[in-house]
Amino acid sequence: METLGRAFGDALQLLWNMDSDLFEIVGLTLQVTLVALAIALVLGIPIGAALGLTKHLPGRAFVVPLIYTGMGLPPVTVGLFTYLFLSNQGPLGSLGWLFTPAGMIVAQTIIAFPLVVGLTMAAVQGVDPDLPIQIRALGATRCQVALTTLVESRIGVTAAVVAAYGSIISEVGAVMLVGGNIEGETRVLTTAIVLETRKGNFALALALGIILLALAFLTNLIFHRLQVRQGGP
Amino acid sequence: MTNTYTLSNVRQRYSERCVVDIESLDVRAGEILGIVGPSGAGKSTLLRLLNFLEMPSEGKVTYRGDPATPDLPLALKREVTTVFQRPMLLRRSVAANVRIGQRIRGSGPDDDAVAQWLDRLGLADLADAPARTLSAGEAQRVALARALVVEPSVLLLDEPTGNLDPYNVGLIEDIVRSDNRKRGTTVVAVTHDPFQARRIADRTGLMISGRMVETADTESFFTDPQRPETIAFLRGDLVY
Repeated sequence: METLGRAFGDALQLLWNMDSDLFEIVGLTLQVTLVALAIALVLGIPIGAALGLTKHLPGRAFVVPLIYTGMGLPPVTVGLFTYLFLSNQGPLGSLGWLFTPAGMIVAQTIIAFPLVVGLTMAAVQGVDPDLPIQIRALGATRCQVALTTLVESRIGVTAAVVAAYGSIISEVGAVMLVGGNIEGETRVLTTAIVLETRKGNFALALALGIILLALAFLTNLIFHRLQVRQGGP
Repeated sequence: MTNTYTLSNVRQRYSERCVVDIESLDVRAGEILGIVGPSGAGKSTLLRLLNFLEMPSEGKVTYRGDPATPDLPLALKREVTTVFQRPMLLRRSVAANVRIGQRIRGSGPDDDAVAQWLDRLGLADLADAPARTLSAGEAQRVALARALVVEPSVLLLDEPTGNLDPYNVGLIEDIVRSDNRKRGTTVVAVTHDPFQARRIADRTGLMISGRMVETADTESFFTDPQRPETIAFLRGDLVY
């Protein structure tokens, strides 16, 4: 208990001083998380909306269970596969992305993508099925119907964004394997926490943990405000 | 008088069930055609055909002389709109809901027209209110404003006052009739309530089991019905 209290005090002091190493780690964490999130959203929202809107898409019976499985992928397994693909002997080895932020972004995107697709699909399916008919009756084209329905499900889609963000900012296994936790290059908050804990630097580990929680909370605060503005609970 | 719609030998099947089976029906330009009948008679399916939301399994629907196929030009399709029994408003403000038809048409928001319709339907004070907070009557008035603000040539009504109180029923019927008189809007109003047809329709038709049993001027439909089914329906017998 005493260790914890001391570590907490030291952690606050470290935060107060905000040294440049800490800044670098926080910066890279945000960069990797946000870029991966952005890619997952750009790819995942349209696919999720298409799956939610069309009941008779060919291959749907196979794709939907696949997406559901993807929503529960063990990150460390994603890390392993990404590692093998990006390694020198792997099919994408020539990219030279192993142990770089680019490789970490690839792994994080793979983790976030099924979450975005699955939850967007569920959100769109949650819209009253008579609404698209009403929109069409008002003269909308197929594309306009899809867009209006997607906008109508925006509270659920925001939940998809929240879930994807939460899963990748807190993820450690995949970024550890693919990034390698190299100081000043691929070290992010989660991998740094693992390292500092192993080294017995509990104060630093705790400080990093507090920052991670604060980042997650601040971002979710913003997401929630967005939801409320959209007429959510 | 020209016809807005001409239906000939139109059948609509859902798997094996034939829901609509109409040998011939004309909807005249500028009239209010009331369609009465028990529920399950195919009235709503008929309206979906008229709004080009479905294409018939057999037969031909023509709209102002053009065959109603999926290739019907979008501009023509957009002359027609429906107010359903459930208002189906978007999770947005009342004004944004009324504006949606204009946005779909890319004609840019005409705020004057929106404000005018909100005012006519007694919704001016609710313009900025979230649509989800409205009462059933208010919501249905928003749905009517949303349909009329785009100045449709054809207004289809599917039990628009199905579960509303007399005040809202009266208001909605007034607006529909005055828009019909002023702009010559063709109206097809489906209702299970024969009294509503009698109040607003120029002609009335009875639909049972997918077929048009009898269509006549509203006055003679009610005072001098020709078919035994019509007589039974108007007497209040259960027909199906």
